[in-house]
This record gives sequence, C-alpha cells and structure tokens, in this order.
Amino acid sequence: MPNLKDLKNRIESVKSTRKITKAMQMVAAAKLRRAQDAAEASRPYTERFNAVLGGLAASVGGSASAPRLLAGTGSDQTHLLIVMTAERGLCGGFNSSIAKLARSKAQELQAAGKTVKILTVGKKGRDAIKRDLGDLFVGHVDLSGVKRLGYDDAAGIATDVLARFDAGEFDVATIFFSAFQSVISQKPTAQQIIPASFEADAAESTLYDYEPSEEAILADLLPRGVATQIFAALLENGASEQGARMSAMDNATRNAGEMIDKLTIEFNRSRQAVITNELIEIISGAEAL
Amino acid sequence: MAGSMQFDLVSPERSLASFQATEVQIPGADGDMTAMPDHAPTLTTLRPGVLVVKADGGDQEYVVTGGFAEISPAGISVLAERAMPKSEVTAADIAAMVEAAEAVAAGKSASELDDANKAVADVRALGAALGL
Repeated sequence: MPNLKDLKNRIESVKSTRKITKAMQMVAAAKLRRAQDAAEASRPYTERFNAVLGGLAASVGGSASAPRLLAGTGSDQTHLLIVMTAERGLCGGFNSSIAKLARSKAQELQAAGKTVKILTVGKKGRDAIKRDLGDLFVGHVDLSGVKRLGYDDAAGIATDVLARFDAGEFDVATIFFSAFQSVISQKPTAQQIIPASFEADAAESTLYDYEPSEEAILADLLPRGVATQIFAALLENGASEQGARMSAMDNATRNAGEMIDKLTIEFNRSRQAVITNELIEIISGAEAL
Repeated sequence: MAGSMQFDLVSPERSLASFQATEVQIPGADGDMTAMPDHAPTLTTLRPGVLVVKADGGDQEYVVTGGFAEISPAGISVLAERAMPKSEVTAADIAAMVEAAEAVAAGKSASELDDANKAVADVRALGAALGL
C-alpha cells in the first residue's frame, strides 16, 4: 500500500500535467481558428486557378506539344513522395497516420519495382519514417522557424521540386498531407501533383483569347499550379494539426481528471485506514491497562 | 459610357479587392492593356507592374508581380502571386524583388536567359515608374 505522502505527490503531479494539457488545448483552439481563416482566405485563388488551369489543360492536353508537367515524362519509373507533417508532436495520431500512408505507398511502389525517393517537410514525419525508409530520403524542408505560413514557403518547396523534375530526378510526384474535415476528423490524403491531374468536368466552355499564346500561358501557369497545390496542402495540414492537437489534449485533460479522482479516493481511503489503525491501537492499549 | 463590371483581385494568401469597376489597366506580359465592360474573353499572363482600376468611387492602384488575369464580358479576375496597394510599396520591397529576379537570372542557361533578363528589367522598370 502506497503511503500518504507518495499519493499526495502523485496527485499534485497529475494536477500540474492537467494544467499543461488544458493550456495546450486552448492554445491549439486559438491557432486552429487562425489556420482555418488562412485556409478560407486562400480558397478563392485556388479555386479560380484550378478552374482556369483545368480549362487550359483540357484544350491543350491532347496535343503532342503539351508541357511535360502536364503530360508527364512518358514513364512512371521514379516516384517522388513529398511527405508533409508537423514540426511538433503531441497531436494524437496526426503525424503517424500521414507517415503510415506514405510508408505503405512507398512499399507498394517498391514491390512493383519502381524507384522511390522521399522529400520530407516537417521534422516529425521525417523521424517517423526514417527507420524504414531513411535511405530513400533526398531532401528535407524545415519549417520550424515559420510562424505564419506564407505563399513564399510553398513557392520555395515548389522551386526545389521543379528543379529536381527538370533535372530528371523523378517522373511522378505525389504529396501526402492531412485533409481537414473537422476538429475530430482529419483524413490522410495522397495527391498527385506532377504530372498535373484535373477533374474532367473542370473544362471551361468559354472560348478565350490568349495573350501571349495558349501554350505559353500554360507553360507559365503549370509551375505556379504546383506551388498553389503545395500551399493549399500546407494550409490544410496546418488546420488539421491544430485540430488533432486540440482533440488529443482534450482527451489528455479528461484522462488526467479521471486519474485525479481515482487517486483522491485512494488517498482518502488510506488516510481513513491510518486513523482507524491509530484508534485501534489506542483502544487496545487502554484495555490492556 | 458603358456600365460597370465586377473586379476581383486575389492573391494566394487572401482576397485583396472585390468591387465594381469601370475600367482596368492590366500590365500584361505582352504589353499593357485596358479592359472595359463587355471585353472579349481573354486570358493574359502578367509581368511585374502597376494595375490601375478605375471605379466610380475613385481610382485604385496595386503593384502586382506574376500571375494572370482572366477577362470576361461580365468581369475581371486578377490572380496575382503577390499584390499590394501601391501606397504600401517601399523601396526596400522593390530592391528585394530586383535581387530575387537577378538571383533567378544568374542560375539560368543561355536559352532561358532572355526571359530571366526581361523579368529583371520589368522589375527595374516598375521601380522607376514608382519613383523608388
């Protein structure tokens, strides 16, 4: 039976843990609001961009002169997986579920005889897949110093990816991130960005004049499209991370509360037992006289 | 005088402007163009420059870099990679843009050098136009 002092220490320690998790939950809630606002604000750009690009791609896509970013290199031998995760932990299964999806995809590709290369964004995902797939890493993007995610961060990643594509390092690029559905539900998602894929119904019926030419515009827009998709995924990931952290910390706070209740009951029982013992000793001492 | 049309200016990070305009001057990649209501549908890419929007409530000027404009009879959407009101642009912003464009040009091979040099010249011209 643990003594009273130990129990008391234990209760104090769990109480301070609860305070920390509660604070983290509230911080995550505030950050989630901001992340959602940022994702909301970027939506008009992304939607219009994809609509225009989709229309262009549909009209040029079939021709033999279509850019490589759209038509692909003609092979799918080498895959680049861009795994985007958080810089920090303590957010439930957020990082591990993205890493799990990326790992299974990598293994599936390897089993099919393809070459796999991995570019990681965010420290946690890198750590998670390092053991199994560490030798496939070709690069890492560190965003830990970034306070507010900007388009420049996404453009930086896109420039890196496009330079590798131009150098012929890979044929197909896929990004892995977590799509934000709600605070309690985030869905790990894989999305192919090179060669670009568009929904068939995105085709526009309007006939545009193009200045300079259709091909020149497409060639200009496709690299931007990569950056836009990466930016959208980063924002989505940011909101998911905060949502996951919020619910994880909410659970932790509740568990700590339950633990405190249980320990308090045990503490009271032990104290009662000690008092009863002392009484018995006094009474039996008095009787013996 | 023709009526007005919907004008939208959006950047990846946020929507900057959305209102009714009567005339929009766009710094297109092939040269400046002015769009008025009922313009034929046109898609044009942008070079770094000043976007002038004329509206009943007064003119608005924005500095934009890269991106494209989608013109339809009913309205104009400008999707700019970076955009800010002209009054907020400082000499330091222009200097940073020149530096970035020069850094890109430095890494290019001969075949792409013309485009990169044009980008540098565009940014310089923009700075000169603003008097910064």
